[in-house]
Amino acid sequence: MTTLAPTGRLRGRTTPRRADVVFRSGTRVFGGAVIATLGVVAAVLVVSSVPAWTRFGVDLITQTTWDPVRDVYGALPFIVGTLYASAIALLLATPIGILTAIFLSEFAPRRVAIPLSFTIELLAAIPSVVIGLWGVFVLSPFLRDTVDAWLVATLGWLPFFRGPSYGVGLGAAGVILAIMILPTIVSISREVLSSVPNSQREAMFGLGATRWEVAIKAVLPYARSGVIGAVILGLGRALGETMAVTMVIGNGQDIPVSVFDQAQTIASKIAVTFNEASGGLQTQSLVAIGLILLVMTLLLNVAARLLVSRVQQGPAQ
Amino acid sequence: MAIEIRPREDQPVVTTRPTTEPASARVPTRAPEQAAAARTTKIEARDLNLYYGSFRAVRDVTMDIPANEITAIIGPSGCGKSTFLRSLNRLHELAHGARMEGRLLIDGVDIYERSVDAVDLRRLVGMVFQRPNPFPTMSIYGNVASGLRLGGGPKPADLDEIVERCLTRAALWDEVKDHLGAPGTSLSGGQQQRLCIARALAVDPEVILMDEPASSLDPIATLRIEELMLELRGSYTIVIVTHNMQQASRVSDQTAFFSMGEDRAGYLVEMGQTTTIFTNPREQLTEDYISGRFG
Amino acid sequence: MSATPGTLAGSRAPFAERLAAVRGSRRRTMDRVMRTVALAAAVVCVIPLAAILLFVVIKGAAALNLDLLTKPPKALGTGGGALNAILGSLQMVALAALVAVPVGVLGGIYVSEFASRRSARAVRFGADVLAGVPSILIGIVAYTLLVLPFKQFNAAAGSVALALIMVPVIVRTTEEMLRLVPRELREAGYALGVPTWRVVLSVVLPAGRTGVLTGVMLAVARAAGETAPLLFTALGSRLVNVGEFGQPMDALPLFIYNGARQPITALNEQAWGAALLLLLFVLGVNVAVRARSWGRRAG
Repeated sequence: MTTLAPTGRLRGRTTPRRADVVFRSGTRVFGGAVIATLGVVAAVLVVSSVPAWTRFGVDLITQTTWDPVRDVYGALPFIVGTLYASAIALLLATPIGILTAIFLSEFAPRRVAIPLSFTIELLAAIPSVVIGLWGVFVLSPFLRDTVDAWLVATLGWLPFFRGPSYGVGLGAAGVILAIMILPTIVSISREVLSSVPNSQREAMFGLGATRWEVAIKAVLPYARSGVIGAVILGLGRALGETMAVTMVIGNGQDIPVSVFDQAQTIASKIAVTFNEASGGLQTQSLVAIGLILLVMTLLLNVAARLLVSRVQQGPAQ
Repeated sequence: MAIEIRPREDQPVVTTRPTTEPASARVPTRAPEQAAAARTTKIEARDLNLYYGSFRAVRDVTMDIPANEITAIIGPSGCGKSTFLRSLNRLHELAHGARMEGRLLIDGVDIYERSVDAVDLRRLVGMVFQRPNPFPTMSIYGNVASGLRLGGGPKPADLDEIVERCLTRAALWDEVKDHLGAPGTSLSGGQQQRLCIARALAVDPEVILMDEPASSLDPIATLRIEELMLELRGSYTIVIVTHNMQQASRVSDQTAFFSMGEDRAGYLVEMGQTTTIFTNPREQLTEDYISGRFG
Repeated sequence: MSATPGTLAGSRAPFAERLAAVRGSRRRTMDRVMRTVALAAAVVCVIPLAAILLFVVIKGAAALNLDLLTKPPKALGTGGGALNAILGSLQMVALAALVAVPVGVLGGIYVSEFASRRSARAVRFGADVLAGVPSILIGIVAYTLLVLPFKQFNAAAGSVALALIMVPVIVRTTEEMLRLVPRELREAGYALGVPTWRVVLSVVLPAGRTGVLTGVMLAVARAAGETAPLLFTALGSRLVNVGEFGQPMDALPLFIYNGARQPITALNEQAWGAALLLLLFVLGVNVAVRARSWGRRAG
């Protein structure tokens, strides 16, 4: 490798060099372990669910009966429940989150923006089970008696708002998820918006734009793929969120239609059923829907990270 | 306050302009009566002080900027010339802790008066920035139309016409007319800057501020921008900040020289006809700067 | 209308008149309204946090007593405390940290000090993706590998599951913090002929110590609040389990979950009390750690 003849002095350093090699490859093992772990997670879920896939195939996704007595498993209601609850969460959290990010990055003075961002990020640190506890005993009864009652009274003729509401159900799960993904959407959107070069703002201000117009016509379009990334990351979190949802979604086995229906998401179904299923086809089927969840969240995470890094590297096209 | 139009008496009258100087090439294009009689002051700064927090960036600037001419502001970096420029469309005040004292009038209107909204002002005082900053998510057409669309925008047919006119005026039309839908950022640096000029023209400003508009461009693109400025002169009051003294001497009618005081605040050393400033300045400081002496 | 846009300086009305003509009162109203709406959105974001804190503090404080901290639940019926859960959380999180900290820190060192650009990106990406894996799936994996073969729910499996959740957090913060260590510091070490491993361990790592510690503490706080990975591993237990990692063990999150699911007021109240304890720890760590880095960013 080296063309220079090693001098005595350099040769004397072989010992530390060997230590270097050991140290370097040691750390590489641990770096690699992170990626290997991902592989292990995927492998375990694939291998453990093979019997369910061979037995049911696509029926696992398309069938609506989950019946341990007949040992037949179709997870469509839970897949729908997952998507439904996440959709409600996104519907609520996206506009609020993006507006908040705009407020923090464009309008608020620093002495307001900094503590406020801090507070919102703190929300992300609250354990899921604590939010669930609050959801069961505070939020669900509150929703049932106020928002839900009003929705049933005014929009109850629509199948999506057919009552009655028991408090716990898809709607409550959606609201809880919205609360839980807000910090993700806000903090990443805020970062992305803040990384928009000032020259873009000045260009719009220079044309006689108001602050709102600058935010909405110059800053947001420039950062749009990153903001979309933030929302997708939020969606990824919503899909996989388990405890809080399990606690407020009730326990419905049918495909939900109304937001007041009780339901299950993939994650909550696994949480509630896994231990009592111990072994056999039901466990394998639960792992199989876990694999579906893994694929969904991985795809969303990868897509979101690509979008976010794209904005931070340069302008969106 | 009445609109104030007064002849410029306070400027030294220059009688000789060397014919070899490139700028003289444009003299014949001016109507003779315009050159002498219609010389009005567009912008008046009176004891203008600009601050960032407690730091004074510009100190006690009093100057008159003539209408429909090109006024260049030169000076060492950090002398507050950009800050001064940004106070003319009240962009300065968007910076954290920014503040101004004194008076700034455009056609006699005090632009810092409470009844004047900075947002409205900026529609009449356009700006072109140091680096071309077209909106990357908008097409070429959309970039030019962006200012007009803020107010809801005119009818599509009218908009088409205005966009064409502004791009023509910015000497860009022939190059882009076949791909108006392409993103603004697909153009070369020089073209992008001309697009930004077209964008500024579209809202029909009276004053155009240029903050080192060619500093990021190659010599050929720079030349085109300079030609364009001379083209626009007569219809617009142009104020350009430049670190390039040759550029100032090439394009401007008036030159203001800023320097930095001991307190790091920029101030106006002197202002006059460009030829005077570059050949026969009153102040030693100016003389030193243009001949490259410092310290 | 005197100011037709785009007249390109034909004949213009006086400046003052044009200034009045371009005045967009509708746009100005829109600006004011939408900025208020944005402010309102920010307030809406804070309301859930405030509401959760408020109820946990009020209801939790009511349930907080010496029994909760010092006694396990009664074997039958209700009563007793959460000692089993408190001790369980402490042990499982400690064991998880014991596994995750070396792995995470060394992995972070690899990314920041040794990895090529490509492998650095790969590990970083892997860590981000791993952090995005739903924690319930981590629970399934730990169950499959560490519970099923022994046919015994056990606390060690719970610790491993928690460690898997901690590792990506530690890797990312370690890497970010070490990259902040100035290059000159490393070069000073190399210039003295110090081998790389010693430069990293005795110069770089100590210089980035507080940052790395920050990451570790955040990871610990995160793990302490996790429920889903423990459901199929540590399972939970009404007994105080000290040191027997081959047996089921309780944890505060499990205690809260189980208490909240029962239609028995006394258990619900205990869940609130446990939630207050958990929240005090998790938010305490987060506030302490984040306030420092936020303060630095702000200053």
